[in-house]
Amino acid sequence: MTAISVENLSIAYGTVQAVDHVTFEVRRGEFFGILGTNGAGKTTTLEMIEGLRKPDGGSIQVLGRSPWPRDSELLPRIGVQLQASSFFERLTAREQIGTFASLYGVDRSAADSMLEAVGLDDKADARVEDLSGGQTQRLSIACALVHDPELVILDEPTASLDPHARRNLWDILRGLTHSGRTVVITTHHMDEAEALCDRVAIMDAGRILELDSPAALIRSLDSPARIAVDARTLAADDATRINGVTGIETDHDVLTLVTRDPSTVLGELARLQCLDGVQVRTGTLDDVFLTVTGREYNP
Amino acid sequence: MNDTAAERSSAKASSFAAFGALCVAIMKGFVRDRTSVFFALIFPLMFLVLFGGIFNFDQSSQIKMIQVGDVALFDNLPADARHGLDELFDLSRSDDLAAAIANVRDGDAAVAVIESDGDLVAHYSQTDQVKAATVQGALRSFVDGANVAMSGVAPAFSLRTERVEDESLEAIQFITPGLLGWAVAMSASFGAAATLNGWRNSKLLRRLQLAPVSTRTIVGSRLVVTIAVALFQMAVFLGLGTALFGLKLSGAWLASVPLVVIGTLCFMAVGLLAGAVAKTTEGAVNMANFIVLPMSFLSGSFFPLDNAPSWLKFVSNLLPLKHLNEGMTDVMVRGQAWTAILQPALILAGFAVVVTFAAAKLFRW
Repeated sequence: MTAISVENLSIAYGTVQAVDHVTFEVRRGEFFGILGTNGAGKTTTLEMIEGLRKPDGGSIQVLGRSPWPRDSELLPRIGVQLQASSFFERLTAREQIGTFASLYGVDRSAADSMLEAVGLDDKADARVEDLSGGQTQRLSIACALVHDPELVILDEPTASLDPHARRNLWDILRGLTHSGRTVVITTHHMDEAEALCDRVAIMDAGRILELDSPAALIRSLDSPARIAVDARTLAADDATRINGVTGIETDHDVLTLVTRDPSTVLGELARLQCLDGVQVRTGTLDDVFLTVTGREYNP
Repeated sequence: MNDTAAERSSAKASSFAAFGALCVAIMKGFVRDRTSVFFALIFPLMFLVLFGGIFNFDQSSQIKMIQVGDVALFDNLPADARHGLDELFDLSRSDDLAAAIANVRDGDAAVAVIESDGDLVAHYSQTDQVKAATVQGALRSFVDGANVAMSGVAPAFSLRTERVEDESLEAIQFITPGLLGWAVAMSASFGAAATLNGWRNSKLLRRLQLAPVSTRTIVGSRLVVTIAVALFQMAVFLGLGTALFGLKLSGAWLASVPLVVIGTLCFMAVGLLAGAVAKTTEGAVNMANFIVLPMSFLSGSFFPLDNAPSWLKFVSNLLPLKHLNEGMTDVMVRGQAWTAILQPALILAGFAVVVTFAAAKLFRW
């Protein structure tokens, strides 16, 4: 079962090919992420899926229907959070979500329970202008969910949040797929895509470069593990003699061992009693990004 | 078949609920915005109070006359003539001619009158020539009238004067429609400009596009709120004008209600144009102000253009606000029939259509 099917999707702004022959599918019940830097074409892709923009070429099917031209039977089945916090000015959180409930023909009591679900019941009577960044994003997500849509599309839901608020929001986002709902998010953050998404599309300059589960993407890198130990407990010469170590790097008081056989190396380090403060790092999505685009990830 | 009918009626009910919810949301947003409320209601009212106060004071001043001793001509006037006398002159009595003349010389009174054996002597000052002429003309007419009455001969000629406007001289009659026109133009255009830009910048416009409500519902709710605000402005203006400044509305004044509605649409279109051109909310409001404020001066909102040069009157006739002001003045205070709004209404509607079309052409999501 596919929730979204996109084929050869293209759009240009003037001479800039914003989205360039993009093809992918999102399965029902899946948590799907589009990862990329600013200007990679993430938002434009979403806008075409939502039916806000007409593609220059290619085809889109959303829940089995075409989003363009505007399909008023498809719209109630989709919940969207746009990049900005699109609110009515000077309304309280409760009035805000209540208004959106009415726009979707949903009872206002649903709005109140949704407010509770995102943990904003104590801020229900605060004006949207007085909410913190995290609260604003949560209200915005609640407004996207108020009519219980089958498909939720969130454009950078954690943008400009501090790490603590970001992690708070992850808990809410993780819960979204519980009822079989399909979720599509875009993000700048590698760790977020790794933590939340079933599959991630890495997008750059209007193209999808890689698409797979975060684990598979990292595995495909076949990158060595990097084991960092306290330089005071292990001499560099001793380290090079450990079986399986293919290289070492020293940086002040940290000694990093590079290896493709981390189990053997870690065993040896245990024998040498050098495991205090050890850090093992395998590839991350950052490495995947570096590999596929040829440049450091710098959102 | 019953199902589709039921579905259709439920869809209608939910779109009505959406319309109501939007109206409430927009109205709350307006009422809670102190700046908007100030500029839509308080600011124009300040002008009404200010202008009403200034011009009323000026207009109500009668000519001060001191009557020295008994003046048979005045004391024996028939009732209706006496009423005319009292309306024109602020009459006070004195027994001291020298003191009365001194008062006239000092400008405390315009004229001192004394009678001896049918000879009426008026001591006046030439300082204010218009007033001096008025005084002499008026006194002469009372004397002539009394002479004719004494002779017992029916006058061969008679003069009856009728003012073409409302009988009342009060300036408030002319100030109110103009200031109301300015207030309506201002709040309608500012509101539309700020909403369009604010909603576009916050992406609320796009968000609403993604909700299953028609553009008609969204635009309609904004129209209804703006028209409601305009009619409320009108009620406050007319209510306050009547209660505090003696505004007297003429017969077909209710015809100005549809005129205000059409004027509101016209100036919403102006606001939409400003909102479509400008990039920020502040820029849009400033641009609307840039259009509306000079237009108000040129349309006679603040002072009449009767003595303006003809090229300026020509320019004035090209402006929609001029026609809104004229139409409202016609039915509110000039006592014209409701049909007087037809021409201005058509002109305003034409402006609304053309400007909306231009705004739609320039509009970017």
